[in-house]
Amino acid sequence: MADRTRPLEGELLRIRDEIYAYAIEFGLDFHPVRFEVCDYDTINILAAQGGFPSRYPHWRFGMDYDQLSKGYAYGLQKIYEMVINTNPCYAYLLNANHIVDQKIVMAHVYGHADFFKNNAWFANTDRNMMGVMANHGTKIRRYMERYGQNRVEEFIDRVNSIENLIDVGLLFETQELKRQREERMKVAKEEIAKAEDDRSNALKSFMRHKERQNKPEQEEVAVDLREKKINAPRDVMLYLLENAPLEEWESDILGILRDEAYYFLPQRLTKIMNEGWASYWHSHIMTTRALKASEIIDYADHHAGVMAMSRQNINPYKIGIELYRDIEYRWNTGRFGKEYNDCEDMHKKLNWNKDLGLGRQKIFDVRKTHNDVSFIDEFFTPEFCERQQLFTYKYNPRTGRNEIETRDFMEIKNKLLSQLSNFGSPVIEVESGNYHNRGELLLKHVHRGVDLDFGYASDTLKNIYALWKRPVNIVSKQEEQSVTLSYDGKEFKQSK
Amino acid sequence: MDHPIKRDHARFRKIVKGRIRDNLRKYVSKGEMPSPKGDGTFKIPMPSIDTPRFKFGDKSQGGMGQGNGEAGDPVDGQEGEGPGQGGEVGNQAGNKELEVDLSLEELAHILGEELALPNIEPKGKKAMPSVTNKYTSIGMTGPNSLKHFKRTYKEAMKRQIASGTYDFLDPRVIPVKRDFRYRASDAKVEFENSAVVIYMMDVSGSMGDEQKEIVRTESFWINLWLKSQYKDIEVRYIIHDATAKEVDEETFFKTRESGGTLISSALKLCREIIQSDYDPSEWNIYPFHFSDGDNWSADDTKLCLEILDQDLLPASNVFCYGQVESRYGSGQFYKDLVSRYGEQDEKVILSKIKNKDAILDSIKDFLGKGK
Repeated sequence: MADRTRPLEGELLRIRDEIYAYAIEFGLDFHPVRFEVCDYDTINILAAQGGFPSRYPHWRFGMDYDQLSKGYAYGLQKIYEMVINTNPCYAYLLNANHIVDQKIVMAHVYGHADFFKNNAWFANTDRNMMGVMANHGTKIRRYMERYGQNRVEEFIDRVNSIENLIDVGLLFETQELKRQREERMKVAKEEIAKAEDDRSNALKSFMRHKERQNKPEQEEVAVDLREKKINAPRDVMLYLLENAPLEEWESDILGILRDEAYYFLPQRLTKIMNEGWASYWHSHIMTTRALKASEIIDYADHHAGVMAMSRQNINPYKIGIELYRDIEYRWNTGRFGKEYNDCEDMHKKLNWNKDLGLGRQKIFDVRKTHNDVSFIDEFFTPEFCERQQLFTYKYNPRTGRNEIETRDFMEIKNKLLSQLSNFGSPVIEVESGNYHNRGELLLKHVHRGVDLDFGYASDTLKNIYALWKRPVNIVSKQEEQSVTLSYDGKEFKQSK
Repeated sequence: MDHPIKRDHARFRKIVKGRIRDNLRKYVSKGEMPSPKGDGTFKIPMPSIDTPRFKFGDKSQGGMGQGNGEAGDPVDGQEGEGPGQGGEVGNQAGNKELEVDLSLEELAHILGEELALPNIEPKGKKAMPSVTNKYTSIGMTGPNSLKHFKRTYKEAMKRQIASGTYDFLDPRVIPVKRDFRYRASDAKVEFENSAVVIYMMDVSGSMGDEQKEIVRTESFWINLWLKSQYKDIEVRYIIHDATAKEVDEETFFKTRESGGTLISSALKLCREIIQSDYDPSEWNIYPFHFSDGDNWSADDTKLCLEILDQDLLPASNVFCYGQVESRYGSGQFYKDLVSRYGEQDEKVILSKIKNKDAILDSIKDFLGKGK
């Protein structure tokens, strides 16, 4: 990778210094940002690997790379920028970009970097992830050498199937995360020691020996756990890690993938806020400071492209930036609180202005404590909803097309919230590891109005069965009726 | 050294092609074949492998958007998919498709690249004159739509500087009438190669809708490629069972006859068309014949071979025979052709098309020789 990216130089370096000064001037606060320049192929590679230069081997990255490359070749999409939540924060610029685009991207990146550092949901993310990911790659590659690529890859496929079964609440359980981090650090150090130490083989065999000694003990504990209270029922990955009869390398990989899933989780929880914040700042820095007269058209063109509203989807950049601006405006003019909300004089309300000037401070506070769900829940107002021309749509089987369903504020807000809640995944909890008193796994779908896709659910169960190795069940609702879907390794059963 | 992702990429391609990890086959959605949407755009399906997860059922969910419109108005780009499409469970939903606004030319280019098709070396002299207008020069008059802004302002600036009215501190450039410049065309006459494609299809009872769909798709792509290679191209259509007739494009794909099959009838008609309309010394001629391989009698097959040898092959660039697999067809004609010409003949290209997925390979068979 090293030869594929290079540090800034010349004009870009000068621009970087300029934009950096503006970012500091406006009070953005971030870990050092390291910009690197690369070509489109490299940026496609990075994007396919979630921003990281080195990941474990898996076809999934190849697939994303395939799609990104084709999209680029057909002129459909182009990635302008890539930034990763690490310390220092790495950001990649596309070498073919116009200079005004580079300015926008840099300003945008400083916005992301500030968000990564300050938003509460990111507080416990591992900022050394660059190295950690590379270590994960080394480990898994080694397992592949030892156990065969197909076998390891197949196991990874299965784990990927439950990658979304993690618990948002755990992002704050610092004790657990602290333990994990310490463990990871230990492992990382061992990895380094192994790599550098001539006696690595002896060491390895010693460690293997030690692990073998520990093993029976662990298994006994596992049996006990089946009866024990389940601490984090929504962390199905953790439950399987602790209780499923896995081989050592399997446990290790499951743990690795779980760590990575938790690392990416805050980004999935703050898509609107994060992109909105970065867009707010690129717009503010560009339009009040960095933009030259000759660049205005190109800037407007680029900005409008990023902010484009779509009739099929919510554009997180657009909703995010508009919501921050709306909050800023409301807190500048004092349009919040009981007095304003209770005011029934429409004329008075329309011209409401208390000249509080609290807007900027408010949005800085908001970016610190909220995630997408609470962001929308608290600041999404009927006026905003109308101004943004939002609507919900539904598939009409009679006409065979999607049609606008409603512009009703509450319905839109509820739909938006339900799409965002639990990062858009169904909430699944472990109910029991000893269902039917036969060591079967029972999962529960916490139904919040939308049914599961049972086709997918069946195949997912199959993959979980492969890990649990005993029958697996999930209880859910379909068309208002309670349904249990079971898989015993041979066939599926549905019972009401 | 190449980045390791290239290995992931290669592995992904292998899985998609079904060479490794057979257990993932179920989750693979193939697709290299762009399909026209009728409005100048194409859907380019991306091959992808889906990972099963607990997720919400799609269709019941709907979505959200921004923009104008009342309740009940259609959401753009979603015109009538046709009812009865929903409800397919699992495994299919992960298809990723790109919708691209492509010209046929670009599409042909993609096809050519995807299949590594060689460019065709036309035979015959360049007989067809074609006039093209290229906007390569600049004129003093013209319509507003062809106004050349850069040149116009350059002229205006030159004039202002020359006349001393240009102010460097307030650099405003205002063109007047005589500054305006317009793009102007040069007409060019070029002589082109000309080509004709003659499609023949067996429409006897054994060719079902699925088989015809294959022929239709395949001929679309063949036309596309040949059009990218020849500027002017004519297409003729022949259908046959025991007798043959020339039809228009629509009839060609829609007709379902029944009854027996005499392949020679089509070849005879093809010969007549060539003799009356297309002089082989001036035209590149491409006869394509699609059938399920059933011919009524061995005598007729003998007659077919005779026509091929004496008339069709000498006149054509290549003769292509595509055999579509059908439940009823015996596939005998393919064997007959193989025993006569072998699999690697220069002039006779044979291809078996098992199902829709095999179309691409078959196109490659036909066009891969660059003739």
